[in-house]
Amino acid sequence: MEDIKNIIESLLLVAEEPLKIDRIKDILALAEKKEIQNALTELSSEYENRKGGFFLREVAGGYQIRTRPEYREWIKRLIQPKPLRLSKPALETLSIIAYKQPIIRSDIEHIRGVDCGGILRMLLERKLVRILGRKAIPGRPHIYATTKQFLEVFDLKNLEDLPTPKEISELSHVAPENMD
Amino acid sequence: MIDMQEELYKVQIDNIFEGPMDLLVHLIKKHEMDIYDISIALITEQYLKYLQWMKAINIDVAGDFILMASTLTKIKSRMLLPVHEEETDDEDPRLEIVKPLEEYLQMKSAANELIARNLLGEDTFVRNPNQENHSKDQGGEIIKVGLFELIDAFQTILEKISEHRGVDIITADTVSVRDRIVQIVEIFETRESVTFNELFPINTDKSEIVVTFLAILEMVKLSLINIVQNTQTGIIRLFYL
Repeated sequence: MEDIKNIIESLLLVAEEPLKIDRIKDILALAEKKEIQNALTELSSEYENRKGGFFLREVAGGYQIRTRPEYREWIKRLIQPKPLRLSKPALETLSIIAYKQPIIRSDIEHIRGVDCGGILRMLLERKLVRILGRKAIPGRPHIYATTKQFLEVFDLKNLEDLPTPKEISELSHVAPENMD
Repeated sequence: MIDMQEELYKVQIDNIFEGPMDLLVHLIKKHEMDIYDISIALITEQYLKYLQWMKAINIDVAGDFILMASTLTKIKSRMLLPVHEEETDDEDPRLEIVKPLEEYLQMKSAANELIARNLLGEDTFVRNPNQENHSKDQGGEIIKVGLFELIDAFQTILEKISEHRGVDIITADTVSVRDRIVQIVEIFETRESVTFNELFPINTDKSEIVVTFLAILEMVKLSLINIVQNTQTGIIRLFYL
């Protein structure tokens, strides 16, 4: 297939969610994974060279064409996205779940030192967090984990792609907080 | 005097802490301490002072804050105890607080890194935005309402009414459809449009509602009004032509 790159590009344009390599392989029927990977890399570098309005991102286990952050203000004039509006406590709770998952509520609360019930409900509702199951301990508490949506929103390939939390030695003279 | 006022003001807006850990971090930062070398005496004293302030400005001090206060006090007293030779457990009592602090700070910094990423729907966008994540420009699209949508809306109103009152009260003087049309036209003389729901006040009785609904249908038939619905809000609006 000579035009494999173009085919993939057309798929990327229409796909409603990050397109997985396996899915592309199914659609193309012929191609080897490696070929697809190469085409994607090529597309990505073409977009980089062109430095246009969009680029190719690897998110949530797939590939997606996204607009470059430089143009966010213009896009916000076109559509009015619902702001993410995560409060500081919500964001902290989400981080704890992201880094420590699978995790139960009492462990989250132990780290934060406060009740997280309301925040958890909100994170569940916004589909950033899901319940994996119940832990086989007294009370059978829910086990929480992040969702695919979380990876998509935070522009992450997978959970390993989470930024490594800074070692506390770097923070020991408690770092200035830009969140206050 | 001005300084005093400013200080008080600051206490009120800045220092409402989300939890005891937050307050502790604030105090450590304020006194430029190393979290591995906390002056427990100072921190405990400051911490308790803040609790008093919070009480004074009527913040409901939650149990979590009290628990931390007792932990701090406990550590403080343990630090005062002479270390006995035979005690194998000569761990720094402050570790009880340092470990959770470490973890908390690490998660705070992780949260900062997460929010600094190129967020979908905030910094970067996809071509096929989900309806869920995006709302359309200014008030959204407007579609012409069909008969079924109108009946649906009517049913919702009927349900609301029967919730509101169990029994139908029989009223002697009901308006006719024609009268109701005149009344609606009168509304339109003062304004350009009216929402569907506005025409059905909650405390009207069923027969009146039916009359109003029939009047609306009649007006559509006579091309007196145009009925549209906002795709985002679902609000149905009547426009006088």
